Amino acid sequence: MKAYLTRRYWFSSSHRLHTEEFDAERNREIYGKCNNPHGHGHNYALEVTVSGEVDARTGMVCNLVDLDGCVRSEVLERFDHQNLNCMKEFEGVVPTTESLAEVIFKIMKRSFHSAHLERVRLEETVNNSFEYAEAESFRP
Amino acid sequence: MVYLTRKCEFSAAHYYHNPEFTAEENRRIFGKCSNLNGHGHNYTLEVTVKGEIDPRTGFVIDLKKLKDILNAEVMDAMDHRHLNKEVPEFARAIPTTENIAIAIWQRLEGKLNVAKLHRVRLYEMHDLYVDYYGE
Repeated sequence: MKAYLTRRYWFSSSHRLHTEEFDAERNREIYGKCNNPHGHGHNYALEVTVSGEVDARTGMVCNLVDLDGCVRSEVLERFDHQNLNCMKEFEGVVPTTESLAEVIFKIMKRSFHSAHLERVRLEETVNNSFEYAEAESFRP
Repeated sequence: MVYLTRKCEFSAAHYYHNPEFTAEENRRIFGKCSNLNGHGHNYTLEVTVKGEIDPRTGFVIDLKKLKDILNAEVMDAMDHRHLNKEVPEFARAIPTTENIAIAIWQRLEGKLNVAKLHRVRLYEMHDLYVDYYGE
């Protein structure tokens, strides 16, 4: 029997939305106050959803200790209390929460192998959330 | 097609232990959940059903009937109970959040005659939940 497990985590980072593709005025137009030259920050809430058959011996899709350990070492320790614009993951990429969700999904995809990675969901504020999933496996 | 979700909360005790594992394996795999004296959680259950809207009533399902089914199958059976000792499904299966979600699906599935069960979502805590779609 297949179950989907979702775990929630928190980290805080700063960013500035700006692209060299456009001039200063156009950047302000597109990104509004997110284009403030000195940047700003968020408390991000991260949800990671994994799926798999429930192991009859343990009753688990995967051991939460493994998932927590992987998210902590690969995602939280990397991004927490950092400026996203200064990180190699965002060289040439505007660190919108859409991009951050995609980056985190790809990091998890290559680091976590105890269950199938289904989805990464990021809440930037209580009003905005973004999800990234591989189209063929996504389940709303 | 419309999806309707009803929420309820229950509180229960459990522990994780597989008699086929050694004491050391139980401790290593299940961590502090393996304490045989048990511990407890406030679970939040979300049951989602789907169906066409009945043009005479405007309902996908009569919420009162859904509530009665949830009360009989989940709340009466699991609220303020010890899952390992009082819920028959967990006489053998380990009452992980995954297995509780599956047990709730199996209890509800045959009882809904109008709408179709779509998803059982069970929160063990605010930072952990399991979805089961009957697969």
